[in-house]
Amino acid sequence: MYNTGKIITGLVIFFVVFTFPFWFNGAKAVPAPKPSLDTPKINELKAASEDGTVTCLMPTEYMKSEHMVILNEWRTADVRRADYTASYNGELYPMSLSKTCMECHSNKADFCDRCHNYASVTPYCWNCHVEPKKAEGE
Amino acid sequence: MDSTRRTFLKIAGACAAGLAVKPATDALAMDLVLPTPKSAAPDAAALRAGKWAMVVDVKKFTEESRQAVAAACRAAHNIPEIPNEKHEIKWIWEEHFENAFPGQGGEHLPPEVSRTPLMVLCNHCESPACVRVCPTKATFQRADGIVMMDYHRCIGCRFCMAGCPYGSRSFNFEDPRKYLENPDPNYPTRTKGVVEKCNFCAERLAIGQLPACVEACQNGELLFGDLEDPSSVVSQALRANFTIRRKPELGTQPKVYYII
Amino acid sequence: MIEKALTGGKGYWTWVVCLLAVIGAGFLTYLYQLQNGLGVTGLTRDVSWGFYIAQLTYLVGVAASGVMLVLPYYLHNHKAFGKVTILGEFMAVAAIVMCGLFVFVDLGQPMRVLNVFLYPTPNSILFWDMVVLNVYMLLNLVVGWMVLQAENKRSVVPKWVKVLIYISIPWAFSIHTVTAFLYAGLPGRHFWLTAIMAARFLASAFCSGPAILLLIMLALKKIAKFDPGEKAVKGLSIIITYAMLLNVFFLLLELFTSFYSGIPGHEHTFVYLFAGLDGKHFLTPFMWAVVVLAVFSLVLLVVPKWRNNIKVLVVALVTLIAATWIEKGLIMVVAGFIPNPLEHVSEYAPTAPELMISVGIYAIGALVVTILYKIALGVKKEAATM
Repeated sequence: MYNTGKIITGLVIFFVVFTFPFWFNGAKAVPAPKPSLDTPKINELKAASEDGTVTCLMPTEYMKSEHMVILNEWRTADVRRADYTASYNGELYPMSLSKTCMECHSNKADFCDRCHNYASVTPYCWNCHVEPKKAEGE
Repeated sequence: MDSTRRTFLKIAGACAAGLAVKPATDALAMDLVLPTPKSAAPDAAALRAGKWAMVVDVKKFTEESRQAVAAACRAAHNIPEIPNEKHEIKWIWEEHFENAFPGQGGEHLPPEVSRTPLMVLCNHCESPACVRVCPTKATFQRADGIVMMDYHRCIGCRFCMAGCPYGSRSFNFEDPRKYLENPDPNYPTRTKGVVEKCNFCAERLAIGQLPACVEACQNGELLFGDLEDPSSVVSQALRANFTIRRKPELGTQPKVYYII
Repeated sequence: MIEKALTGGKGYWTWVVCLLAVIGAGFLTYLYQLQNGLGVTGLTRDVSWGFYIAQLTYLVGVAASGVMLVLPYYLHNHKAFGKVTILGEFMAVAAIVMCGLFVFVDLGQPMRVLNVFLYPTPNSILFWDMVVLNVYMLLNLVVGWMVLQAENKRSVVPKWVKVLIYISIPWAFSIHTVTAFLYAGLPGRHFWLTAIMAARFLASAFCSGPAILLLIMLALKKIAKFDPGEKAVKGLSIIITYAMLLNVFFLLLELFTSFYSGIPGHEHTFVYLFAGLDGKHFLTPFMWAVVVLAVFSLVLLVVPKWRNNIKVLVVALVTLIAATWIEKGLIMVVAGFIPNPLEHVSEYAPTAPELMISVGIYAIGALVVTILYKIALGVKKEAATM
């Protein structure tokens, strides 16, 4: 074929750049993130519950995949419709990141950030919404 | 290209197959139905109105109360104090009569009127020019008359700032967090690149509280209530006093009334 | 036809590389602005629109001016403009590209720009501005390309292209009218609240745009051995003269209304511009420069002996472009905010990062013009219609 030299060189460079993430990390996989549920509020709720378990608004698998959608809908409802409370599983919750989610999950660095850093996601929620201050001993 | 019936049917079939992709993947996805947040019964404590309005009783203000009002607003909303005047952010502040009501005074005003500053803020107009020009409805008018800001949607084009005839709006030219040491977690700060202004404390009204500036008044300097309720404090004040509004000739129908 | 832009002499590639370097510098400066916010510009709480939006306004005018070639040629068969309509159309494309970029760099949250499409708001003129500008760019790109392709293949222009051409003529007027409506509908800004804002914009556009185009055409005569033809140059310079006369006339109309009515709200800004207000007079030298340059260019243009002398014409065009650019690209937007709604005078001047980003965007426009013109002239050379 024509320009064999240029084409082969181009292909090699492309291959090297394309596989960069794999060889740069030494072909090692970073362990999956484990967000920590160890917060004062969650421990308190666990102690107070009958079977020692606590659920969020919805089951964990659901929250994992849909929490962004939930927050998006909440902010539209709060700001644009002046609609402040919602019911999940028969219970009423204020539709608020700071007041509802962060009340239990007050450990942003050990909970939210663990998965977000792993997935290289930077949600801009906390550019505006104020993180709860770390309580003593956290 | 040669268009035959066969080709047409092939393409149509491919499109129909494409349309079926989403339902198929949805069905294969986890068996969880997304519940739209069902609104609960309206928060019983929330204050509701047909038309929120404010009356500013200028004569009742003192220097302390003016400062208290501005400080209360600043504290309640994490408003940064930016030393560079060009980038300052203010929701309620002091101006002199000739600035707040240009053209209405003249040279022979009583000295206490021309020399004493009064509070100015967003007028939450009934026919707001800012809402008319916003390209994304990031600023919008609620049913109860409050002109709201949706900081999530604002693209920072600043058309609303050009449209406001009162200079009530501020833009975040830099990250406000640089100037906030201990932001109050009960209200978000804003981020650089969005426009902000007084929101008649919609978040406080939602939990049954009056706006922060109104609460900071000890003496009835600021009155807040429902224009459509004849027994509200603002309706009573408007019946009992002659009031003026800023730039009424522009047709914006401001809802902040001044008893001079 | 794109391959015509990929072959060129040393001069061509040096020019392109220089433009790319400037674009790179502008881009890096933009990243700096993105990181730190619009506070790195000279914009203030009072003067919330400045250099970027002023450039947008000026360039929409330049884009609309393509119609000054298209209208006579396609509607009235003015054959003299036949060779150069493509240049007007391609310049319009470059101008609109720059317009879009100036809007983008002016946004506080540019990542959210798609919100304008996701949440269409027909009551907002900015929405319509976005619509008409994008459609106009597509119109000019498609029309220019199809006409050029027909020339390239020595074939006939398809009929549907003619339809688009006829649409592009009123559309050109509409883009600048809509841009004027951005300003002319705001109740609080008396400097802009004039019924003749759109008329002023169009008059200013139809002298400054063709002036830029004419300068480029005269330059192409030297650089690319492209001869637009004496009739085209003469015709265009007459259009420019009439448009500039109208432009200055409209400004005088504004001055009359302001000062004869004596209404302070209408007077204040002009007083600030011509004499200063509250001790502040940053724009005064610029305003007087506009007056001097405009009168000077008009005198040179009105006298046929001077207008037809290429050397004098170039001087007239340069001073005209300077006058219109300062007036529309600096004074009109900024002075609308002075004094502010609370009658305070607070001034504005662009900062270095702001200017660097703007220069970068102008370089992008220059690159687009370079590439498109290279293609157009390449096609014409081959078709021996040069």
